[in-house]
Order: sequence, then structure tokens, then C-alpha cells
Amino acid sequence: MIDSLRKGKATEISRIQANQICVDYNGLVALYDASLELPGGCICGLVGMNGAGKSTFFKALMGFVRPSRGNILINGQSVKHAQRDQAVAYVPQNEGIDCSFPVSVWDVVMMGRYGSMDIFRIPRESDRKAVWHALERVELLDLRRRPIGELSGGQRKRAFLARAIAQRASVLLLDEPFSGVDVRTEKLMAELFIQFRNEGRTILISTHDLSHVRDFCDLVVLINKTVLAYGETSKVFTSENITMTFGGMPPNLLSGPITSEDSL
Amino acid sequence: MINQAFAVAGPFTWLFDPLSHEFMRRALLVSALVGAVCGLLSCYMTLKGWALMGDAVSHAVMPGVVVAYALGIPFSIGAFVFGVGSVALIGFVKQKSRVKEDTVIGLVFTGFFALGLVLVSKIKSNIDLMHILFGSPLGISNADLMQTFIISVIVVVFLLIYRRDLMLYCFDPTHARSIGINTTFLHYLLLSVLSLAAVAGLQTVGIILVVAMLITPGATAYLLTDRFDRMTTLAIMSSVISSIIGVYISYWSDIETGGSIVLVQTIIFLLAFLFAPRYGILNSQKSIP
Repeated sequence: MIDSLRKGKATEISRIQANQICVDYNGLVALYDASLELPGGCICGLVGMNGAGKSTFFKALMGFVRPSRGNILINGQSVKHAQRDQAVAYVPQNEGIDCSFPVSVWDVVMMGRYGSMDIFRIPRESDRKAVWHALERVELLDLRRRPIGELSGGQRKRAFLARAIAQRASVLLLDEPFSGVDVRTEKLMAELFIQFRNEGRTILISTHDLSHVRDFCDLVVLINKTVLAYGETSKVFTSENITMTFGGMPPNLLSGPITSEDSL
Repeated sequence: MINQAFAVAGPFTWLFDPLSHEFMRRALLVSALVGAVCGLLSCYMTLKGWALMGDAVSHAVMPGVVVAYALGIPFSIGAFVFGVGSVALIGFVKQKSRVKEDTVIGLVFTGFFALGLVLVSKIKSNIDLMHILFGSPLGISNADLMQTFIISVIVVVFLLIYRRDLMLYCFDPTHARSIGINTTFLHYLLLSVLSLAAVAGLQTVGIILVVAMLITPGATAYLLTDRFDRMTTLAIMSSVISSIIGVYISYWSDIETGGSIVLVQTIIFLLAFLFAPRYGILNSQKSIP
């Protein structure tokens, strides 16, 4: 299925390539035999229950955990190399952020440029331009002087998205991007994701919300300790596969947003 | 006549009279220096939520100071070893047992502190326990002044070089790691400068109160601004001012210097708590979401 998608750009290197990776925490298996290949320029949903290994997979892509077996290539290079190239950006869930931290929106987006600066992290003109441009794209330029704590949930999400844009990452990892955001942000994010795809970036969205997968994702990866299936959403996102992913629960949950607690 | 004379000479007297004494000039110098260093570090401590860790490390340096004196090496080396050692031990016990972190911290630092007390009473030396516990900037020796100066320079240099990285590490360690910043290094860097700053703070306010130097200025500044750079400036300012006022009050009222410095810091915090433009309780109705 992926092959058909990649037809015509066969010479391009895969954006993400995971070969039979296994991750265990002190003997507790979190992920085994997970293989995956994603091309440049796609929006891919990562779907699974809590504890199915979504965050472990993210951590492996960011180089936070080292697979005990198998390997991961990003843009054809090792994860460490990809990190140094600023290739991978992580957009956190709102809950993971200390909102009372004394930084402005501008400061947060500038953090996306740190990896490209020298050790003192003194912004150059090009860094300021990148931040300005990123804020423009997420429509937060007017709020750039605001402390991060004074933003709404949706605006904060956009600020972190702007940070990923300023970083010029080719792989974006988004953790529950649609949770707790307003309608305007959701619409803007959907437009941005499509722009990112057209720019050749690969967006991996970890979510419980199955309706969003159908609306936004070209590809979908179903995981439960391993990759159960992946490919084009229209072909892979079937009720049987979803039932399998969520451990035998009926897929009538498809009709609305669900959480893993519901499906357990 | 007397009143008149006092009115003319008064303001100058309280300001300049102490400066005619060598010990006061040194006390003011070392207190201001330590205030600046601890004030800068306090921003990271409060934002990282390391108040308890600061307390732990500052108490845990005690046996190191005693051992260093006994061996005749600079006490900052002994303090540094035990400060970092205590943190390593806290991490080890937490990882290997089911005991919760705050319990482990409390357990380890009191254990180290007790060891220090026992060593002081057992090892024959001329260490004055009261000086370690409560500080004595008015009686600081040349060697101690020099050590404090070197420690301060080291701490400030590292904090200035890594100020952005440390801020990012406090705010969003996940992002820091994902762009290739070595967060393990930053973690131990922060712990190391904490140990060093605790040793410096020990000179002025003593082991028991040094944690105040490491958190109060940061907490005060945090109530006054939403900008990190301004927060560091305000924290340093309030810390240095507290130290100088504290030493003066101590001189004129003949009260304990460490207590006097920390009390001034606490009063400044209370003023910010009440009157801060946005986050003071008297002004906060409209702004906190």
C-alpha cells in the first residue's frame, strides 16, 4: 500500500523507517517487532490504546529510548544524527507544560531555533525571521509578547506548532493535537497539516480520537505492542482492524471521539 | 544641640561609619557577592521546583565541610563532594526502592546532616560549629573570602553560558532532548552549581538558612514579572539588596547576621506577595485566569 503511495518518487529516501524494533523497560516489553515505513509528505495517524506503545514509539523516534533490537532511520540517518539536524520536532500535549513559566510566546517559538544556534543561544537575524514567519503561519503574531500562560489551550497548541515550524523539522510528532482546542485552532491546524504535507514534511499524530483520523490522515498506523497494520486510511482503517487494535471491542465507538478508558 | 548634630551626621553615620571597619567592608562584599550568585541560581531552583533539593544539598554539605577542615583541604571541595554525593544517593535509593522521592530526600539529607554533627563533635579541630550552622560574614577569613570569590565566579560563568539551555531544560526538557541538547549534563550541571552555591551561601547565612538564599529571591521575582530575563535581574537585585541591608541591620542592632539577611528577604517577598502589580494578592482579581 505504501509502495503505491510512493510510486513516482521511488528515488526518495523514506522519512521514517523502523525495522523490527523492540523496546523493553527493564524486561517489560513495550514494543516488539514494530516495522514501519513512512514517505516524505504525509499525515499519518498513530492509533492505539493507552499502553499500546504510542508514546514508546514517539520516544524511540526522538531517541529517548534505545530499541533493544532493530533500528530506526530518519531521512535515511540514525536518530541521533537526525536530532542534530533538527529533523524531529515534538509538539506536546497541553497538560505537559508549566503554563506559569515566565516566557513569552516569542521566547517559546525561539526555542525551536536553539539547536541551530551556537552555545550561547544568541538569536541571529535569520532566527528572528524564522520565528516571525512561524508565528505568522499559526496566526499568533499579534500575541507574540504575551506570556505563554495567558493563552488559551488552542493558542498554546499553535505556539508549540510554531516552534516546530521555526525548527524546520521534517518530522513532526504531535501528541493528541486536537484535545482541548477551539474550532478556529482545529481548522487552522488542519490547513497547516495539509501545507506541511505539501512541503514534504511527515506528520505523525498520536490520537485516541478516531473521527479525526478519518478526517485528516492519509495514512494510519494501528498499534498494540506491535504494528498491527499500516497503510492508506481508506484501506486500513476498517472496523475489523480497529476492533483488533482496541482489543476486541466493537467498533461502534467509531461514531464519536473515544478515549482508551471507554474502550478498555 | 544634640538633636541638630544627630540630624546632620545621622544619615552619613549609619551608612559610612560601618565602612570604616575592615571586617564590615569584607562582610558587605562577601554578602553581596553570595547574594548575587544565589539570587541568579534561585530563579532556576524555583522554576524547576527544586526547593526541597536545595534544602537537601545545603544540609548534606555539612560532613564534607568538617572532613575537609580535618584534612586541611579547601572546605569547598569537601562540600562539593558530599553535596553531589547526596544527590546521587537520593537518586539511587529512589530508583532501587519503593519509597517516595520526597521521603528519600528528607531521609538522606538529615542523615548527612547528622553525620556532620557527629563528626564535628568527634574530630579534633578548631571548627566553630556555630559558624557553619549560622554563618559569620563578619568574621570571614582571607582564605574563605578567596574561596567564596572563586566559587562565585565558577557558578556565574556556568550559569551565564548555559542560561538559555537551563531555562529550556526547566521549561520543556522533552523539547530540549529532542533537539539534541544533553539534558543529563544540564541536570548534573545544575546540581553541581547548587552544591557550590550552597557552600558560598554557608559563609553568610549558614547551612540552616542557605536554602532561603536559594529560593526566596527567585520566588519574589516570579511574582513580579512574566519575563525570564527580568526575573533573573529582579532576583539578583532583591538578593543583593537584602544581603546589604541585612548586614547593616546586623551591625547596628547587634543581631545575628544570617537571620537578619534572610528576614529582610522574607519581608521583600511578603511585600511582593501583597503588592505585586499582577500577582500580588491585593491586585490579582483581574489578571489570573
